[in-house]
Amino acid sequence: MKLDPVIRDQVLATVPSLRAFAISLSGNIDRADDLVQETLLRALAHIDSFEPGTNMPAWLFTILRNLFRSEYRKRRREVEDAEGRYADTLKSNPEQTGRVEFQEFRTALEKLPPDQREALILVGASGFSYEDAAAICGCAVGTIKSRVNRARTRLADLLSIDSVDDFGPDRATRAVLAGGGRN
Amino acid sequence: MGDVTEMKSRKTVNIESAAPDREMPDTRDAMGRPVGSRKTEVRLGREVQARIGQQLRSMYDQVVKEGVPPHIADLVRRLSEQDDGLA
Repeated sequence: MKLDPVIRDQVLATVPSLRAFAISLSGNIDRADDLVQETLLRALAHIDSFEPGTNMPAWLFTILRNLFRSEYRKRRREVEDAEGRYADTLKSNPEQTGRVEFQEFRTALEKLPPDQREALILVGASGFSYEDAAAICGCAVGTIKSRVNRARTRLADLLSIDSVDDFGPDRATRAVLAGGGRN
Repeated sequence: MGDVTEMKSRKTVNIESAAPDREMPDTRDAMGRPVGSRKTEVRLGREVQARIGQQLRSMYDQVVKEGVPPHIADLVRRLSEQDDGLA
């Protein structure tokens, strides 16, 4: 039986976002590509378990996320080669954001625990509701909310070290401290 | 005039949600620094948060904009033409 073209188009329409999610999770283009292909293979092999009319992106994201998780558990002791690959793609895509700043951001994102990172990406970048994100990650809505909050706080901690330099008050504070010995 | 100084000193204080019980401008921490700068931290926090959201989406959208790579489109097309029995 051939795949319903409507379903096929829904799958194709989700691919760009699915790739972005895979890259954000794995930090590595090649792994992300494998993940997306494996996800599509599984999804289309089990397309009967997709209920037409329900959320196709959420369904595909769930499959990809679970694949990544099982792979992550397998590979967690292996040396990551994540640094190179994704950074390379960024070099060819100098967007609005400065590349240095962008690199800092990506590095900070990779320091987050996987639970927090995926929650933040699903809600903050993929645009899923907290409810959909919870379904994708197989946890409670409250859990997703708290993971997103912790992710934001942690990222702010990691990034604010630099942004503080942009503000006068802190320079003033430091100047006071520097001259503080004469008080 | 008082207004001008008022404006200056309020420059970093325009946070509605800064909890009143945190506003203790005369308190000093162990290093003798005014703890009142807490309010500045809250504001920085917001700006950092806005930037985090922006960078997260910008990073993500860069990939989304690439669309469907040809080899993925081929894969989907191939799979969708096939009879079942992919697994």
